[in-house]
Amino acid sequence: MITKEDVEHIGWLARIEISEQETVEYMEKLNSVLDYFGQLDELPTEDVAPTYHVAEIFNVFREDVVEESLPQEDVLANTEHKQDGAFKSPKIV
Amino acid sequence: MVYENPDGVKIGLEIHVQLNKLNTKMFCGCSSKYHDSAPNTHTCPICLGLPGALPVLNKKTVEAAIKVGLALEGEIAEETQFHRKNYFYPDLPKGFQVTQYDYPIVSKGKVVIEGEDGEHTVGIWRAHMEEDPGKLVHIGSIEKSKGVLIDYNRSGMPLIETVTAPDMRTPKEGRRFLDKFRNILEYLDVFDGNLEGAMRVDANVSVYGGTRVEVKNISSHKGVEKALLYEIMRQKNVIRRGGKITQETRHFDEARGVTIGMRTKEEAEDYRYFREPDLMPMKVSDWIPRIKETFPELPDAKRSRFIEQYGITDMHAKSLTSKIMLADFYEGVCKEGTDPKQAATWTADVLLGEFNYRDLVISSYDGSTIGCINDKDHSITNSVRVADMVKLISLFADGKISDRAAVEVVRSILDGEEEKTPLQIIEEKGLFKAEDDLVTKAVSEAIAENEAAVQDYLGGAEKSLNFLVGQVMKKTKGTADAKTAREMLVKELKG
Ligand SMILES: [Zn+2]
Repeated sequence: MITKEDVEHIGWLARIEISEQETVEYMEKLNSVLDYFGQLDELPTEDVAPTYHVAEIFNVFREDVVEESLPQEDVLANTEHKQDGAFKSPKIV
Repeated sequence: MVYENPDGVKIGLEIHVQLNKLNTKMFCGCSSKYHDSAPNTHTCPICLGLPGALPVLNKKTVEAAIKVGLALEGEIAEETQFHRKNYFYPDLPKGFQVTQYDYPIVSKGKVVIEGEDGEHTVGIWRAHMEEDPGKLVHIGSIEKSKGVLIDYNRSGMPLIETVTAPDMRTPKEGRRFLDKFRNILEYLDVFDGNLEGAMRVDANVSVYGGTRVEVKNISSHKGVEKALLYEIMRQKNVIRRGGKITQETRHFDEARGVTIGMRTKEEAEDYRYFREPDLMPMKVSDWIPRIKETFPELPDAKRSRFIEQYGITDMHAKSLTSKIMLADFYEGVCKEGTDPKQAATWTADVLLGEFNYRDLVISSYDGSTIGCINDKDHSITNSVRVADMVKLISLFADGKISDRAAVEVVRSILDGEEEKTPLQIIEEKGLFKAEDDLVTKAVSEAIAENEAAVQDYLGGAEKSLNFLVGQVMKKTKGTADAKTAREMLVKELKG
């Protein structure tokens, strides 16, 4: 059961501001999603191995070969907040 | 003797090691050689975390992790995979770090170190692969910082995080573990410890009557002993005064040598680990035989072999194998026909001693030259050629130069005359051993001019002989062989 506090916590973790009204709305929606998935619990799964990935693919690798990186101007093109070739961010603690 | 550990100190370490010998980053083809580059010049949509970019794992990262696991005598997982660790911090462009969670590639290893009471085993709980975040630089000091500048060149570099059991009991054991671990990594050729940020350490520390405290930000293997000494003392003092140790994370301030409590968060960390859907799981245990085929000789094995093959002392063998590059240099000198015992003395005692005296750390060996850099100022570099070492030892062994002169040649090489050969230096400085008659002359002069010392010596003061030997050395400008001078003096004075 997801409570209002859970929704607020999830909102904080995702750094999303959620209004009082939205909190109630999301709580109901998230609970209905959980209920829906709860149906899986009714199935007998004792003999079924867990599936972690829908594609049965293992071992996808690349060789250790250098490719060209982006030019610095392109890297910083999408931000207004830059200084001396670096991204600039407010102070964090 | 068993070490009692009176304060019940328990130290566990978490060590982050950058696989900086690889050509490229962990999930993209950006070059890993960013250390001297301008910010954000080694990045691409993948390591910048741009939407839609898909990571593909560098195969060498996994090979390196398996190598490390085997060297730690750990178990390599049949199946292993990546998780996302979610948190917000500007050095993490995606909002999560790709790491491993409940299926690490390595588990249950061990490292045997020289402990307080002989051989001591430190358990390894796990070692896993993860990506390095970017680098933050504060504008101004940390306290008065107006903001941070972010460089993503480091973002996505492959790391191996190794977690030990809390098996170390003193700061010295902590440092010894790290020294050994670092040495092993260099033997495996997966890591260059001299590069900035190559190794970062967090420590868990507790004492009797307390609880576990985490110390973060120990950036060097030398800092670890200092950080642990301080933290153990702090905890003991708190308990002695009747206080209580709170479970917390502290930050090591290397410049001041203290640990500082960080603001405690209201709520526990909530990383919401989940499987990384963009990366496929791995089954790589069948690589082990292939990797074992080319597995390098590790420090302990090399040490034993040196003792057996070259007939040198354990002290010399230990010292020579403390760095793979030094061990290779030594074998290079031996291969040229130099007597292995002489080579050990001149390499482990003289050369290494002169390196240490000058804060030089060994940084390379290319088969003919050993290179080093100054630990405090990386712009100062130096090198010594195998051929020169061989020549120097042979000149000494043939009695052409004194041991003092040979040491002076080594010093000259390290003090800016590395381009010159030993012969050139010896000729320029007039270091060839003095002719016998020159020494004879110096001996008689020394006796004639130092009546008091002569009388003292004849009266039984052995020390006075040292003074007279010193006079002979002075007169011959150090070219006389000290042992010969001593023998000649004794013969002259006592018949
Ligand atoms: Zn990249």
